[in-house]
Amino acid sequence: MGKSLFQKVWDAHTVRVLPNGQTQLFIGMHLIHEVTSPQAFAMLRELNIKVAFPERTFATVDHIIPTEGDARKRPLADPMAEEMFQAIERNTKENGITFFNPETERQGVVHIVGPEQGVTQPGTTIACGDSHTATHGAFGAIAFGIGTSQVRDVLATQTMSIAPFKVRKVEITGKLNEGVYAKDVILYIISKLGVNGGIGYAYEFCGDVIKNMSMEGRMTVCNMAIEGGARVGYINPDETTYAYLKGKPYAPKDWDKAVAYWNSMKSDADAVYDDVVTFKGEDIEPMVTWGITPEQAIGISQSIPAVSNEVMAEALEYTGFAAGDKMDGKKVDVVFIGSCTNGRIEDFREAAKYAKGRKVAAGVRALAVPGSYNVKKQAEAEGLDKIFIEAGFEWREPGCSMCLAMNPDKLVGRQISASTSNRNFKGRQGSSTGRTLLVSPVMAVAAAVTGTITDARKVFGIGG
Amino acid sequence: MSLGPIKQVIGRAVPVPGDDIDTDRIIPARFLKCVVFDELGGQLFYDVRFDSEGKSIGHPIDKPQFVGASIIISGDNFGCGSSREHAPQAIKRAGFNAVIAGSYAEIFFGNCTTLGIVCAVAEKAVRDELMKAVEANPAAEMVLDVEGSKVKFNGKEYAVDIKPNAKKAFVEGSYDSLAELLNGLPQVRELEKTLKYSFV
Ligand code: SF4
Repeated sequence: MGKSLFQKVWDAHTVRVLPNGQTQLFIGMHLIHEVTSPQAFAMLRELNIKVAFPERTFATVDHIIPTEGDARKRPLADPMAEEMFQAIERNTKENGITFFNPETERQGVVHIVGPEQGVTQPGTTIACGDSHTATHGAFGAIAFGIGTSQVRDVLATQTMSIAPFKVRKVEITGKLNEGVYAKDVILYIISKLGVNGGIGYAYEFCGDVIKNMSMEGRMTVCNMAIEGGARVGYINPDETTYAYLKGKPYAPKDWDKAVAYWNSMKSDADAVYDDVVTFKGEDIEPMVTWGITPEQAIGISQSIPAVSNEVMAEALEYTGFAAGDKMDGKKVDVVFIGSCTNGRIEDFREAAKYAKGRKVAAGVRALAVPGSYNVKKQAEAEGLDKIFIEAGFEWREPGCSMCLAMNPDKLVGRQISASTSNRNFKGRQGSSTGRTLLVSPVMAVAAAVTGTITDARKVFGIGG
Repeated sequence: MSLGPIKQVIGRAVPVPGDDIDTDRIIPARFLKCVVFDELGGQLFYDVRFDSEGKSIGHPIDKPQFVGASIIISGDNFGCGSSREHAPQAIKRAGFNAVIAGSYAEIFFGNCTTLGIVCAVAEKAVRDELMKAVEANPAAEMVLDVEGSKVKFNGKEYAVDIKPNAKKAFVEGSYDSLAELLNGLPQVRELEKTLKYSFV
């Protein structure tokens, strides 16, 4: 009987079964950021415990950092943000932990930095005090978000107490239509399986659509596994994975040996799964959310369904949309391209392709925020920044930006934003009445230039 | 933060009446932006404790006779709402080591247990009587006997319920996973040697 990658990685990292019945699981690579780690370091200090394996923790600063050049000068204007910044500087320095900081120009959103530095590798376990850690599963790692007490546990022992997940194989067959992207795929999956559908599961994404996807696209898919309730989402590593990793700063020196190990960790052909679901790539069209959970998403040609539960009623009351409405034609005030979901170089390349020579509609504020310095530098080397600026976008410094309200980039009042981020929760973008419509980067550009949610394929003549 | 066994909690008690006291009430969301949990103690129950100028509005825990209490007596469904670990941290940092309530939200209960905050369940009649007795005699010490599942106050004994798993963890001192994980460190170092990757 074959094993899935999940089982192989779990087994290879199991230290022992704890008296509480859970597994003491070794965490191969630990990522930290400024919001959920300082309290953990403080707890260790109180207990007088040292970081056990400092070379296995990597840090960055992303949530609180302003994305406007001048606002990044230290000390930061927000004293609380400055304190959090200083805490991570001090904690990493005192404990000998690598800090990808702005000065070294390796800073960025934690889930973008790990892969581009090559610390995100197949066949490993990865933890981070952040729910979108599943992103790293795109490389064939078992990666999940943890709470602050667990950050403390990992710092102190490089292990944590955790129960295994069940594994659901999520297969997407065939191929995607033109103008349909990874973001649409994952929004489609969540709209079908629900925001709670993945609770207790690791999702193994597979099928031809996944096989033909770039690493950037795979990361977008795995990033949002948690929005479907699955703490873990992963994809078996292949040549695409290895090509991405090769030459990255932390990529293994003994390459052939590493590839042999990675290949050995792939799911066996006869692996056993707790559940299997299959979707057809051809059925997916550009998606957009209309409510307050990522499950409340529809294709651009569809209408908001009739209210069938309380959350739907609550969502419509909040967004002000009505059942039966099409999202096509809804006005937007803000467009945000960025975040750990869609803040990578490929996202900006694809967006720039359609922003080129066009203008952001009057009255729309559009932000393009690279997910990391690496992304920013690469984009600028390709002249993408100029395309965005000429089109009327603000081109920013790397950070989480308008994905959530912990830095100066925020929605105001009832503004509606077409965002490439991952959460459309009430108040998520900084205004307690602000509204977020989740879309792909190309749909975001279409929203920027028309001022409305609309089918990017029609606006840009894609596929026809 | 102690990792030792907790066989009993001794201290003065304070009644905080009401059902469904949620984690937003326990610690308002704006206090989540912090680098240490230490200051959360002062922010416990903030919005029902202070007016807009930061002046006390007479919440029970600020009444002179209850200042310094370490056991909270409250209603049903204590700790419901967001799963933030900041809520039990605020309770702990404000000096409370135990709660006696009608019931608890599951995640909150788990978080409390990990931090060594004993969450005991008592029937309404018991809680009402305890609240009255404490109001009448706020200076008296209460003993929450974890092993024996009872509360002793003013010469009387009351039955409470403590979940068997949590009770075992408190009595053995294994409520915080860190202690057990640290015990395994030699095996952790052995396992690390078998891994086929490293970052150095
Ligand atoms: S970009 Fe958004 S989802 Fe990603 S880590 Fe930052 S705040 Fe979290």
